[in-house]
Amino acid sequence: MAIPSSLVTLILGMALVLVGLWVGQNVNLLPVDASSNAPVYDDLFRVLFIIGTILFVGIVGLVIYSLVRFRRRTGDLRDGLAVEGNLPLEIVWTAIPAVVVLFVGIYSYDIYERMGGMAPLNDHSLHQAAALTPAAMVHSAAGHQHGGSSGAGMIQPGFSQADSSGSALALQQVSADPDPAEQPRVWAGIGPSRSDEQLFPVEVTAMQFAFLFHYPEANIISGELHIPADQPVELRMEAKDVIHAFWVPQFRLKQDVIPGQTTRVTFTATRPGSYPIVCAELCGPYHGGMRSTVVVHEPDEFEAWLARNRPAAPATVASSGQLPLA
Amino acid sequence: MTLASPSDFNPPAPPGLQPQGWLRYFSFSLDHKVIGLQYLVTGFIFYFIGGALAGVIRTELASPLSDFIPRQTYNEVLTLHGTVMIFLWIVPVVNGAFGNYLIPFYVGARDMAFPRLNAVAFWLIPPAGLLLISSYFLAGGAAQSGWTAYPPLSITTPALGQVIWILSVLLLGGSSIFGGINFIATILKLRRPGLKLMQLPMYCWAMLGTSILVVLSTPVLAGTLILLSFDILAHTGFFNPALGGNVVVYQHLFWFYSHPAVYIMVLPAFGLVSEILPVHARKPLFGYTTMVYSIMGIVVLGLVVWAHHMFTSGTPPWMRLFFTIATSFIAVPTGIKFFNWLATLWGGKLALNSAMLFSCAFIVNFVFGGITGVALAQVPFDIHVHDTYFVVGHFHYIVYGGTVFVIFASIYHWFPKFTGRMLNEHLGRLHFLLTFVGFNLCFAPQHWLGLNGMPRRVAEYDPSFTTLNQVSSVGALLMGISTLPFVINVIASALSGEPAGDNPWRALTPEWLTSSPPPVENWHGEAPLVQHPYGYGEAAGILDIRAASGQQIWTGDQ
Repeated sequence: MAIPSSLVTLILGMALVLVGLWVGQNVNLLPVDASSNAPVYDDLFRVLFIIGTILFVGIVGLVIYSLVRFRRRTGDLRDGLAVEGNLPLEIVWTAIPAVVVLFVGIYSYDIYERMGGMAPLNDHSLHQAAALTPAAMVHSAAGHQHGGSSGAGMIQPGFSQADSSGSALALQQVSADPDPAEQPRVWAGIGPSRSDEQLFPVEVTAMQFAFLFHYPEANIISGELHIPADQPVELRMEAKDVIHAFWVPQFRLKQDVIPGQTTRVTFTATRPGSYPIVCAELCGPYHGGMRSTVVVHEPDEFEAWLARNRPAAPATVASSGQLPLA
Repeated sequence: MTLASPSDFNPPAPPGLQPQGWLRYFSFSLDHKVIGLQYLVTGFIFYFIGGALAGVIRTELASPLSDFIPRQTYNEVLTLHGTVMIFLWIVPVVNGAFGNYLIPFYVGARDMAFPRLNAVAFWLIPPAGLLLISSYFLAGGAAQSGWTAYPPLSITTPALGQVIWILSVLLLGGSSIFGGINFIATILKLRRPGLKLMQLPMYCWAMLGTSILVVLSTPVLAGTLILLSFDILAHTGFFNPALGGNVVVYQHLFWFYSHPAVYIMVLPAFGLVSEILPVHARKPLFGYTTMVYSIMGIVVLGLVVWAHHMFTSGTPPWMRLFFTIATSFIAVPTGIKFFNWLATLWGGKLALNSAMLFSCAFIVNFVFGGITGVALAQVPFDIHVHDTYFVVGHFHYIVYGGTVFVIFASIYHWFPKFTGRMLNEHLGRLHFLLTFVGFNLCFAPQHWLGLNGMPRRVAEYDPSFTTLNQVSSVGALLMGISTLPFVINVIASALSGEPAGDNPWRALTPEWLTSSPPPVENWHGEAPLVQHPYGYGEAAGILDIRAASGQQIWTGDQ
């Protein structure tokens, strides 16, 4: 008995979708998630993985089926069927990918929005800050393009300044311009949007071939990044020599560190533990060795770490010109 | 411009100063077929050099420590590998070699529009390549800032090697532009009278689109590299932040060429596959018109997607959104092409020879690379895997799994035309098997490595990645071994292969309608007018199948 071809196609299509869904749900290719935006990222990854699996398995299946089913038997010198095209078919396989791609694009835009990547276009705070302070002009002279210094677009306009005394970093002036029209947003790493929440600032200096982390409040300089869990952290990153990139795979977060432009990245770590910090931009012979560690502490443990490493007396530090290394 | 009929191009004897015999391959020959083969053989020499460099990289990465070559040398090697493979192997071969050999046949001409410019374009390549390779042996070594040469790294690394790199790429870019101008002129102006644009074989359209990209975008790279050389030599500050320059501007200018460069490498491959599949499937190319429009769609979109290489470089958000959407949409015309090829296969009489196997493997590999490409276009996805081995895996699926597989398919397909002899099919299939397995073994694991934390361009890595890196290195070794049957096959068959006759594939495109190898100026007598280059296939009634209509054959219901 002949089974109608449309039924076969339908069943095959459903099987294909089920295979894709199963693979997407059960094959894990990603490292552990340790920041609040990592699960969001993983959702996007899963969707792309499912769609990709369906497409790939389907097309490979078609190719293999064709190669077997339509192979030329020896001695058969005839031609195939003289079909030169089929307009409805063309429309179908133009429309379906267009819809899929549009869906993926909009979905990933939404994901990016949730991760806080889409800084508002009217964010002029940096330029205003640049106009205010000569030091900031130095930064934006090199990176004088709108958003250029906003890094991953991950600046929170008008975030409340946690500490204004610690550092002379001119970009702290950014906080001078809260735009009342702006909705509170989630930024870069992500995490829930609580604009009243204080960002814990850390200044990052990237150089050949190391990262240095400076805690402006506690006046600590460290070769490892120690941060508290469940608190938004803002890294203000500067490069001394060439372009580097700050990447923590477990945070699903990467930002180039660009000489002449301060870049920022904001995230909330969620899972205490130690994770690698990797330089992802070719920066010279020891690029592969330019690694560090981020240690995510429980909040009270982090306070203890801060207390342990805080310089004994700031006066001594200033006179000796040395900063304690943690 | 005067119009010339083919009979005007019919001098009584070949030009006197053109050497004949084997010597012409080492001469400033004006014959497009000679130039095509010059491109092809030169390209293969550089392919083996670039492959050896890849072997060095994979050997270094077989262990997590930097223990095989000095770190600085490693960076020189990866820079040379990228530059050689792109500028001296893929671009010259898919454009210069096959373009020069085939386009005049396809338009029914006796040569390219500008034969002398054509020879100049080829003869820029060997000195540029030698210059690039020789920089490795000079003081300070070769360039070591990657094929991207991002400042400030390219400004701070040893200047001599970097400047030679720039000079070499400028020469190769010039060669590419000369070629592009020549192809546009040939396709648009040298068509045989009576041959309409929409009757051209698909490779002509691919080369037309590619050449438009070459002519529009390569000058931007040239200008950028000249500015970079000013920064290095004259200490100007275009891209030097210490002097008020902006490093991100360089990235924009660089990728304005270097993303279209991907299409410069794959569009001709799309064209070649469109020639190979119908012949070996004995079916017309499915959806000719949509194939043409999709090529032009790729050309237009390909020019406006460059900043997707810069999602972590501090680009403004609107730019990220725009480039995400534009990049994703390039999947639509690309998808159309792949569905049309699948439809070309469907219901055909597929000869499972090496050309067909390599072409089908191209479809599989490229679809995989395309899927990871659409994923990479999504900003949040890219932010995690940018500059990691995921990207390395992705683009090798595109340029190797895509284009290089097509180059091999094309060699198996056109070798009888080049030499008049067949390649050995057994060696060909062995070559295919080794290449396919080795390639996937080498590059598939790299996606996982990238997702889990291995950045690209490193000589040392986290020891937890050792196993998969070793798998990848074994794959690379297999790929190296796979060239042996190929080289043996090509040399042995060129000398003593089975005579092919003029048209062993019973193909309809014009290059097969002359002798093999073809005479100087391509045809004795007038060029044939081929208005149906894909006119294969028999009417449904003649076929011995139960299907009552094409629709039923289509859905596989027989």
